[in-house]
Amino acid sequence: MSSYDAIVVGGGHNGLVNAGYLAKAGLRTLVLEQRHVVGGAAITEELVPGFSFTTFSYALSLLRPEIIQELDLVTHGFMPLMMPSSFHPTGDGDYLLLGDDHGQNIQEIRRHSPHDADAYDRYHHDLDRVVQAMQPLFDNAPPNVFGPKKGRDPEDQADVAWLLNHLGGIEQKVMHDVVRLITGSAADWIEDYFEHEAIRGYHASSSIIGTKVGPMSPGSGLVLLFHRMGEHDGHLGSWAFHKGGNGGFTQVLARAAGAHGAEIRLGARVSKVLTQEGRTLGVVLDDGTELRAPVVVSALDPRRTFLDLLDPRELPADLVENVERMKFRGVSGKVNFALDALPVFPALPPLPNGGGVDHYGGFMNIGPTIEYVERAFDAAKYGWYSEKPFIDAAIQSVVDPDMAPPGKHVMSCFVQYAPYELRGSDWHAERERFGDTAQAVLDSHFPGFDDLVLHREVVTPVDIEQVTRLTEGNIFAGEFLAPQMYFFRPAPGWSQYRTPIDGYYQCGSGTHPGGCVIGSPGKLASQRVLRDLRSSGHARS
Amino acid sequence: MIRTTPFHARLSELNTQGLYTHWQGHLSALRYTHAPKHEYFAVRNAVGVFDTSPLFKYRIHGPDAERFLAGVLVRDIRKCRPGHAQYTLWCDDRGYVMEDGVVVRHSATDFLLTAARPNLGWFTDLRGRMRVDLEDVSDDYGILAVQGPRSRAVLSALMPEAGSLLFFGHTQTKIGSAPVTLSRTGYTGDLGFEVTVESEQAVDVLDMILESGRGHGLRPFGEEALMMLRIEAGLPLVDVEWRNSRLAFTDHERVTPTELGMDWMLRGMADDDRAFVGGQAIRRELASKSSRWATVGVVVDWERWDSLHRDAGLLPPKDEHPLSYESVLHDRPTTDGGSQVGYVTSFSYSPVLQRHIGLARVRPDLAAPGSEVHLEVAMHHSNTTVLARTAKLPLFNPARKTATGG
Repeated sequence: MSSYDAIVVGGGHNGLVNAGYLAKAGLRTLVLEQRHVVGGAAITEELVPGFSFTTFSYALSLLRPEIIQELDLVTHGFMPLMMPSSFHPTGDGDYLLLGDDHGQNIQEIRRHSPHDADAYDRYHHDLDRVVQAMQPLFDNAPPNVFGPKKGRDPEDQADVAWLLNHLGGIEQKVMHDVVRLITGSAADWIEDYFEHEAIRGYHASSSIIGTKVGPMSPGSGLVLLFHRMGEHDGHLGSWAFHKGGNGGFTQVLARAAGAHGAEIRLGARVSKVLTQEGRTLGVVLDDGTELRAPVVVSALDPRRTFLDLLDPRELPADLVENVERMKFRGVSGKVNFALDALPVFPALPPLPNGGGVDHYGGFMNIGPTIEYVERAFDAAKYGWYSEKPFIDAAIQSVVDPDMAPPGKHVMSCFVQYAPYELRGSDWHAERERFGDTAQAVLDSHFPGFDDLVLHREVVTPVDIEQVTRLTEGNIFAGEFLAPQMYFFRPAPGWSQYRTPIDGYYQCGSGTHPGGCVIGSPGKLASQRVLRDLRSSGHARS
Repeated sequence: MIRTTPFHARLSELNTQGLYTHWQGHLSALRYTHAPKHEYFAVRNAVGVFDTSPLFKYRIHGPDAERFLAGVLVRDIRKCRPGHAQYTLWCDDRGYVMEDGVVVRHSATDFLLTAARPNLGWFTDLRGRMRVDLEDVSDDYGILAVQGPRSRAVLSALMPEAGSLLFFGHTQTKIGSAPVTLSRTGYTGDLGFEVTVESEQAVDVLDMILESGRGHGLRPFGEEALMMLRIEAGLPLVDVEWRNSRLAFTDHERVTPTELGMDWMLRGMADDDRAFVGGQAIRRELASKSSRWATVGVVVDWERWDSLHRDAGLLPPKDEHPLSYESVLHDRPTTDGGSQVGYVTSFSYSPVLQRHIGLARVRPDLAAPGSEVHLEVAMHHSNTTVLARTAKLPLFNPARKTATGG
């Protein structure tokens, strides 16, 4: 006897998306979340009264527009507050400030480099073409192209034909750019367009996020491309702060999933998945409670999904080997601040009332040049955090005043590099010093910053792991490296959300297409589950 | 010579773009920053201020003022008590809409009417022997719209009355030493207020509001943001949704109150005997159900929109700037022999609703929400259609718009 049709393990964004789709399809769905709050790594916490901190994930771009519509998120409070600008100090006291007005952006680029002014359009157009070509791959499960063709499932065959047909229709230049990005470094890609060091640095900023690469490493092009897959309101690569932070967003997801009929149980940590003769029976919680369901979907990362919740002896050896080999090297931390006032960037004095905050309306990119970021990476190669880290900072309260008391602000700083394993010390000992190094960099760009700090929260990769259970604190539940993407995410043969255990599925960011609050793993996994239920005749009408 | 509004001295300092349009002979900011969408979000999530001073303002007062207005305005002004305001229309004698505006009732005998276009002559001509004075006080006052979920908090700090004012209520109060009329009105479909202040004190009052808004994400917003907001709010605009009947060449350009979606103003009208300009024609239209059109919202099917563009090799555009022209609605795709069943007067992408939306007029039999229509769009230089559905207006209607203060 089972009281649920499906149990989703983990109430992060993908677990909630997955549960939303399953419940919408009529399955009695239960989400089990270990913590007192849903959201996983996308949470907002009021650490100081009146100040809302986005402890981990802090902005939104890659969430697929289809999910917003299909789960009816607008009805449940979905509200992405578009960033009006992005701000890039150039390291010499000057800055690059880009916004919504194309003509003004061109002039801003030209102020630094007349050469780069037209490169800017060409660069973005070329990237858009690549995104356009890759989008269908992003939005569909990777077809099962390997193995013997004989006896292949007709649906698989159709999917393979679709993929080959799509790839065959891509222009040669675009496909060449795809390969350059996927295999090459961001630096090589960017340097083909831009000559100015700071303009190069600005465009390289998304090429290293959450992955142990520098902008000069092959593979950073892939990370850059991945981030470009995001969009808001039809603008590729654009970012927003969700109202109430990314925790505000996962609350919307929880309400939507609830409205579709899913039940969410908090404080329910799953210790293992119950199996019998290669089939799942349900789950056991830490307190020994058994919950039964014919379908269990793990929203946890691949290590947890395969090696913690199951007994590895139940799994094929090559899968165990690949999951153990998968790279999860967390390389980033967060240093979040409550601020008494807006920082001051000397070259941009604040305008009078109601004006002049545009340079704080979006990302503030502290990583002036590619060389700066590459040198920050050097430390990580040898087991230490950057003395001068790359910082992606955001003062969300500028766009969303509900995040802080009037006149005060919260500032989220994504800080890279911070390798999970430190050589010769540990994160417990280094936490505050790591916070100090980030703060010192901020103070060097925004003189007087130190005096504004009311509260500081330092989040190390170990903290990320302990709180969210993301292995080694890797924010993407598995790094964005070519051998662990698409057909091979999370492991060869298991990219279609199934596992070797019948009825046990995976829907976390460790599956295709990956992390970054896309929601697609949750959605695509639900399609897999529902398709399997239909073909086995178990679907509820 | 182009004029400026009483707030211009300060607002122009905050305008980093120098982009203005001309609104009835006044400079009116299109945007204050490079990001009008950011100004729009200030209104939907924080608070924005908009200079609506170019509206014409008519003081109508005297012992017969109520009787006069009851005879010229579509809504019954006698039901509007002092301290309240009414959004209303006025029509020609054939029952076609001339214009719309808000009447603020200060006392039994004293009213202020705002209008987008000059109307004093028309009203004055209808005065007859009634004891009523009509006075153009347009230049005497500035009007600042303070709109958005935080507008109440920002204004309450200056005027406690803002905390308790009801939707379409108003009161005489002060900001600093300046007397103002504070009304809970606006053109954004959100929680919001308008502050009417004598021109000489406009900048002082603006400064105090800006100061109070500091830390609340307050932004001035321009006409571009206003258009996004008013379409979501289902608020029509003269010369876009319709033509003043007295300035129209043909009846195609004219609409009746029902056709404009204002049938709610006519509730109970069939049973009362108030005589007003156009009243007979309006009652005839109600009785014979002869309205040619119904005004509805349309919401484009997001999936069809995306696939239409993707299949054509384009990135699906989602532009929050309204189209500057009308689009035709068909009953079936034109490729399938569709014929016209309506037209869209305003069309744009709504960032808050995450859909393409429009204000439209359709054949009355298609007015039921969810009716399928096919919107004509140009694709690669040729016309095609995309599926849309009719919907009840307003498309964006947060509870806070009308909720009482807490």
